[in-house]
Amino acid sequence: MTEAAAVAPAPPALARARRRRVSFRAVFGVTVLLAMGSSALLAPRLAPWDPARQMLLKRLRPPAWEARGLREHPLGTDHLGRDILSRILYGGRISLLVGLSAVALAAGLGVTLGLWAGFFGGRADSIIMRIVDVFLAIPYILLAMGVVFALGPSLLNVILVMGATRWVQFARIVRADVLSIREREFVTGARARGNRSGRLLLRHVLPNALTPIIVVATLELAFMIIYESALSFLGLGVQPPTPTWGWMLADGRNYIATAWWLATFPGLAIMLTVLAVNLLGDWLRDTLDPRLKI
Amino acid sequence: MLAYLARRLLQSVLVLLGVSVIVFGLLHLTGDPTRLLLPLEAREEDVRQLRTLLGLDDPLWLQYVRFLSRAVRGDFGLSFKHQVPALGLILSTLPATLQLTVAGLSLALVVAVPVGILAALRRNSLLDAVCSVGVLLGQAMPVYWLGLLLILVFAVWLGWFPAAGRDGLRSFVLPACALGAFSMARIARLARSGMLEVLAQDYVRTARSAGVRAFVVTYKYALKNAAIPLVTVIGLEFGILLGGAVITETIFAWPGVGRLAVDAIFSRDYPLVQAIVAVLATLFVLINLAVDLVYTYLDPRIVYVRSAR
Repeated sequence: MTEAAAVAPAPPALARARRRRVSFRAVFGVTVLLAMGSSALLAPRLAPWDPARQMLLKRLRPPAWEARGLREHPLGTDHLGRDILSRILYGGRISLLVGLSAVALAAGLGVTLGLWAGFFGGRADSIIMRIVDVFLAIPYILLAMGVVFALGPSLLNVILVMGATRWVQFARIVRADVLSIREREFVTGARARGNRSGRLLLRHVLPNALTPIIVVATLELAFMIIYESALSFLGLGVQPPTPTWGWMLADGRNYIATAWWLATFPGLAIMLTVLAVNLLGDWLRDTLDPRLKI
Repeated sequence: MLAYLARRLLQSVLVLLGVSVIVFGLLHLTGDPTRLLLPLEAREEDVRQLRTLLGLDDPLWLQYVRFLSRAVRGDFGLSFKHQVPALGLILSTLPATLQLTVAGLSLALVVAVPVGILAALRRNSLLDAVCSVGVLLGQAMPVYWLGLLLILVFAVWLGWFPAAGRDGLRSFVLPACALGAFSMARIARLARSGMLEVLAQDYVRTARSAGVRAFVVTYKYALKNAAIPLVTVIGLEFGILLGGAVITETIFAWPGVGRLAVDAIFSRDYPLVQAIVAVLATLFVLINLAVDLVYTYLDPRIVYVRSAR
């Protein structure tokens, strides 16, 4: 008890004030994410149109507030007469699903390898860290494109490739954290009580390394959303007719001179989501551990 | 120092070996590369003949050793599509990509470093707030979207800059902005936090209380130390930009390695893809090696810390 008091001598009043102050970043981030998440989940109910339905008579209509806009298509229609709002709502499902799954996969891989490298050290550590260096050196987007193209661009392949190219962040941060945790007294104590390595890792080391993992996972989610839409944009993401934000941007690219709304709105959707995730991640980092350098 | 240099070099060689394994694996991921080379209706004996010709019947390790010994000499084989050595194709497009990358990174540095430092010096000012918002937006904007918006506004609506191609200095502006924006945001953020950290150090306070002029404290003592983390980031950032060039070049029809890569992937030109990944990774490793050496020069403590481990 006395030790804990000595470690954290923050004035209680200050700490309380800090806790009570509602952070704009957190509120904004959580609100936008909840809105994005629920509109993605409820897309079939919310979307005014079937996202794949082509209405060629109404193609390339601008948003409702423009002169040629139609009230039933608030954000306009694309080159095949599909409703852009509906497509954005459905596209959010792919972005969030792929983003979350890829982060989970990357975290699983990276945390395991990072724990291993940091805790056991020695040869395992140097091998794992060299692999990390290799993955840092390879332009991940090219690797991902090559692999996705070879294996075929299915939802699962996209997630696998994205996860497999982005685990390094987790591995690095976890390893660094574990290196210091394993020297701490409670770990030595647990070991002295006869805990075996596996149990020690899961019960004592991992819980203490959770903070950076949570922060990295949040910031990586933002990255993965951009990554997924980049692959889609380049034509190697989840294939049509499933609408994705990246595909919509790629379609919009061909009409950039005549129909600005095609590329603008899906881009806004990506930016808003990524912004919200980043704000949340920043806030988490500053709240959980301000010394963290990520 | 020499020992550190030797170890760092060895490390780089190991990393490149690792890269070669992945690059080698890339071709074999497709299953049978001969199927990529021959038309679908190729006869079975043609397939077999090509397999023998390419040495695909040999054990995998032998194929790898052969691949590696050629790659080290810069021989990645002929591009399937262009029927010329892959490396030659890359070397002819690399300058365009390097120019764009350097332009993007320079732009990012020129804007981000002063802005980040000023934001730190005038903490909580209007400039600081504008900087924070800019950083957030810059990090949230996908490069392909930013590129499209830039084309829309500055090429289509205003007509100030060309929308595509590489023709003169003006054609650099939009792609460099699109490519550099993300780095700009990251560097500004890092410069700000680095400067804030340094300004809180004891030696800065000591210098101030000893009556050293504020200008000297800020720009001579603090700035030098705040530059240290920036230097490492520049190495990493360069790699990110080289990768980002794939997308930027696609949008702006920039005749560089990135566009060559996208084209190679879609035409199943695997030797070319392999060569591009290998060349870009090698560049990245070399740049980071150089950065690390500069780093030890800037901050001699690094060597001791690392060798203690």
